Formats: sequence, structure tokens, C-alpha cells
Amino acid sequence: MKTLVMVFAMVVCANAGDLLLKYGMTRAGAVQFTLPGLESAFWVTMTSGTIWLAILFLLGFQVTFMTVVSWADYSYVMPAGAFGYAIAALLAKFVLGERVTPLRWLGVALICAGVLLVSQTKPRTTEMAP
Amino acid sequence: MKPGSVLLFVAFLLGVSGGEIAITHGMKAVGEPTRLRLRPVLEFLWRALRNGWFWAGVPLLAFTFFSLLVLLSWEPFSLVIPASAMSYVVGTAGAKYVLGEEVSVRRWAGVLLVCVGVALVALGS
Repeated sequence: MKTLVMVFAMVVCANAGDLLLKYGMTRAGAVQFTLPGLESAFWVTMTSGTIWLAILFLLGFQVTFMTVVSWADYSYVMPAGAFGYAIAALLAKFVLGERVTPLRWLGVALICAGVLLVSQTKPRTTEMAP
Repeated sequence: MKPGSVLLFVAFLLGVSGGEIAITHGMKAVGEPTRLRLRPVLEFLWRALRNGWFWAGVPLLAFTFFSLLVLLSWEPFSLVIPASAMSYVVGTAGAKYVLGEEVSVRRWAGVLLVCVGVALVALGS
């Protein structure tokens, strides 16, 4: 149970981080690949509260990933993390009101079925650290 | 895909799986936190930061981040992102043969469904 809770926390952190990063960078505008453009982009991102919040969530993702793989199998945690794609599609449809294509729904259904199959296996198949 | 893109894509797949496997190996060596409370987790992180495998994984993951950016500038998004779902298969094979995890038929089936699912989500976006 604690493995599934940690994987869920990992997925939430990754999704929230990505979403906030995209929101923050969109507000900052397109980055120009010139020295003044890069300098301006650096200061805009460093002074953006949204970007810092995104970094905090992505740090949370890294910490939860490191913590959960300290006891659970990598081959258990990694595919379960793909559940974030399903959450993203649901958020896109029901929160942002975006149109989600049938192909994307099919992909989400396959991911859910795959995660369900993986979650029915033993979370840990290797020996504990001495 | 151009030959250069194929080479970089293979390096990306090996980098992302190798980086995460190195970190997983390191975390297994460090041992899990005694409890999921702030102090034991901070102590766990402190031990993790002094583990060599963690520092072997970090540059590999940094490399994959930049290689993905380069790949996206060379090849169409609709090709690169669905193809990157192959990292689930490569990662699972790495978990089996490098970390010695027991990957049952059920887990393999789940991984393959996730892999195809992620590719379809990317194609349908």
C-alpha cells in the first residue's frame, strides 16, 4: 500500500511540476537564442514564482522516486509512473475543457490496463540491503 | 530518422534507463528510510547524496534531457515522443538483467501495454 501511495505522490509531483513549468515558460514568452535573449530569459525564469513552484514539485518527484525505489522494484515503479498520462488526459478533458482525441483515450485505456497488471505483481522481488 | 538521429536516440534510451537504474541501485544500497517521516527521510537523502551510484545516474539523466531537446529539434515531435516510450521496455530489460529483478509474464504484459499506450497518447495529442 505504501508503495502505491508513494507512486501516486510521485505522479502528482511530476504532473504538477510539468504543468507549472509549461505555464511559467509560456508566460515568460519564447526564448530568443541570442546572448541578450538568453540573459533576459534567465532573469525572467529566476524571478518567476511559478517556475520556482514547478522546481519544488519536480524536486518532490525526484525525492519520491528515490525513496520508493529504495524498497520497490524499478520495473514496478517505472510503468506505474505512466499513470500520469491518464491523469493529464482527464485534467485536459474535465478541467481545461480540451478535446481529447479517441486515439488518446485508447492510449489512456491501455496505460490504465498496463498499470493495473503491473500493480498486481509483487512490488519487490530482490533481497533487502544488508 | 537520419543515421545521426538513430544513434542519438539509442544513446537517449540507454541514458535514461542507465541513469534511473544507477540511481535505483544506489538507493537499494543506501536502504529505505526507517519511517516515512521528515527526519528519517532527510537522513535517507543525506545518505543517498553520498552514494556514488546516485552521482553516476545524475549526469546520465542530464544527458538524456539535452539529447531529447536535440532530437526534438532534428525530428518531428510525433516521431520522437512515441518512440521514446520504448524506454519502458529497455528499462524493464535493464531491471531484469542489471538489477536482477524478477520480471513475471504479467509484469512484461503490463509494461508492453503501457509502452503502446504512451505511444498512442503522444500520437493522439
